[in-house]
Amino acid sequence: MLTTEVRDIISASKERGWVLEPDAKRLCSLAGLTVPRFSVATKAEEATRFGHEIGYPVVAKVVSPQVLHKSDVGGVVVDIDSDEKLREAFDRFSQFTGFAGMLVEEMVSGIELIAGAKIDYQFGPVILLGVGGTGVEVYRDVTMRMAPLKPEDVTSMVRALKAHQLLEGYRGSEPISMSELTRTMVAFSDLVMDLEELIESIDLNPLLCTADRCVVADARIMLTDEKVPNVSRIPT
Amino acid sequence: MNLKPLFEPKTIAVIGVSLTNNLHPANVIYSKNYLRYPVTVFPVNPRGGTLQGERVFANISEIPERIDLAVIAARADYVPGILSDCIQAGAGGAVVVSGGFAESGRQDLQDQIVAIAREAGLPFVGPNCLGIYSPAHMDTFFLPSERMVRPDPGNVALVSQSGGILVDQMIKFAEEGVGLSRAASIGNKALINELDFLNYFAQDTETKVIAFYVEGFGRREGRDFVLAASLCPKPVVILKAGKSPGGSRAVSSHTASLAGDYETFSTIISQHAVVEAKNEFELVSFCESLSCYQQPIEGKIGIVTGSGGHGALAMDVCSAHGLSVPTLSEHAQTEIRKNLSSSVQSIASVANPIDLTGSAIDNDFVFATSYLSRRKEIDCIVVLLLPYLPGITSDLGARLSQVYHQEHTPLIAYVPHVEKYGMLVEGFELNRIPVSPSIEGAVLMAEALRRNKPC
Repeated sequence: MLTTEVRDIISASKERGWVLEPDAKRLCSLAGLTVPRFSVATKAEEATRFGHEIGYPVVAKVVSPQVLHKSDVGGVVVDIDSDEKLREAFDRFSQFTGFAGMLVEEMVSGIELIAGAKIDYQFGPVILLGVGGTGVEVYRDVTMRMAPLKPEDVTSMVRALKAHQLLEGYRGSEPISMSELTRTMVAFSDLVMDLEELIESIDLNPLLCTADRCVVADARIMLTDEKVPNVSRIPT
Repeated sequence: MNLKPLFEPKTIAVIGVSLTNNLHPANVIYSKNYLRYPVTVFPVNPRGGTLQGERVFANISEIPERIDLAVIAARADYVPGILSDCIQAGAGGAVVVSGGFAESGRQDLQDQIVAIAREAGLPFVGPNCLGIYSPAHMDTFFLPSERMVRPDPGNVALVSQSGGILVDQMIKFAEEGVGLSRAASIGNKALINELDFLNYFAQDTETKVIAFYVEGFGRREGRDFVLAASLCPKPVVILKAGKSPGGSRAVSSHTASLAGDYETFSTIISQHAVVEAKNEFELVSFCESLSCYQQPIEGKIGIVTGSGGHGALAMDVCSAHGLSVPTLSEHAQTEIRKNLSSSVQSIASVANPIDLTGSAIDNDFVFATSYLSRRKEIDCIVVLLLPYLPGITSDLGARLSQVYHQEHTPLIAYVPHVEKYGMLVEGFELNRIPVSPSIEGAVLMAEALRRNKPC
């Protein structure tokens, strides 16, 4: 069920058509997904204070209603290990149009997956799982299931990926936690079912998975155009 | 809604016959049913008169018998009124052949006829369609009988959004000896859609395989369809048109870009045990093999051939489709070799593919096929026949068919389809063994059996 806070986040983002990353992360966290520790700084001093609180190294990302694809415009800096570098990032980001703050976030590592959702015209809510990161549309190693997902669906989705061996421990690497991935995907699918009427698509990319946990390192939530709710994808 | 009157009517009214133009669709439909089918058919036109010496009724309500099926081929604007008349007269169902609805911007008119029919519980097919084909019973296609190619009566039901594709597929079914139980062209599918036909054919005793040509499901209708298909005890095959992305709309998320309409369609249907045919050739091949074998296989293929090249090509197709061709044990190989005729005993390869060589005789094929049929590591046999080999006779088709009917391991044959080899082909087909005109097609027939389960 949707909480008031989730509703508020969605309605505050409606005009823009998508949810700003800090709000999207908050929404994920309310749905039971693991997100990195983060804070949004609007001043350079705030940023460095967060840097110390979270503990270096950190990631810095621009927050702006004008910037949907942050990496494409240099709006993400990883591996920041000093106040100086963090301040530098802040100064640069503050020049972006629509600058609304800088997200300072715990640096997380793991295998990069993508968990996605879209409201398909013919099949309704559909969940996607695949190899994530910035190369997601290069590898195109993904699979889909109709939501809601059952735990066994997650197992079969992983098996359907070309990269499944990488997730199951390849040449001595540690396998990712299947129980955490399953928990994450099922919680995500439940969230999608709740938001079905409000969203068009969601990217959780990258979803960083290790032997212990799966962390939503970035989330993009695209909302429906209210005038044409979910019917904008009529097949031609 | 009861769809039975659509397929098994005893009385038909054809509404909209012309008194002056015998090529009018309604006249063609009237004539073919009047002259060639075991149904009673009545022509209707508000002006009355006579047609081919029979009375033309001014309204369906004047017909002295209760009408099972009304075929409506009048101008779109008249259809709402005609449908109301049909309901008034107690008709069991209708086919709206007429175009001029949603496909030409008159969604309002379409919504109107749907509302009228839904309220009364009257099932109608269309509008903008050819309607129903029930072999040896009746059809509502406005195509002169002598121009149509009619497949033999059989057990495949074929439902198509496009009338043209349906008629074309019927030609291909006839060519390949695949029999039809029913066919339906559903046009704008305003009231009755794919799901309704799926549910009807799931219960229909004449039908063992349900095949669809789909351009697109309606909003959320794909979801209901696959959920029903996954519970359907009969194989369901779909050929989807419109596989390329529309590209008309900027895509702002990776998910929307990666999970395109077709990718989603293809992935979701296969997870629900619906067999996707990628093209027309696959549609016919899949229907042929599934009409013979409804039980899914794992895909462990035994290959029997008289030529190493044929075996190698078949192996390639198997491996491209994820079908395995297990190597037989030493013991099994010795057993096979021991039982082959003396002319091939020392030269045949028996590991699987079993290449009996160009010197093989009928008995060698029969033995190898029987032997493989009993092996647990094999769940389907593909026999590649070269009818021009001197030791092969025309009896081999029927003899190999007997092997299947004794052992029950699905058997699929490849025989070049030319007139000269017709008896060999018929030896299989008349005994309900699928035969493909190509090596690839034979392997695809096996692939259809494997895909007839959630993948």
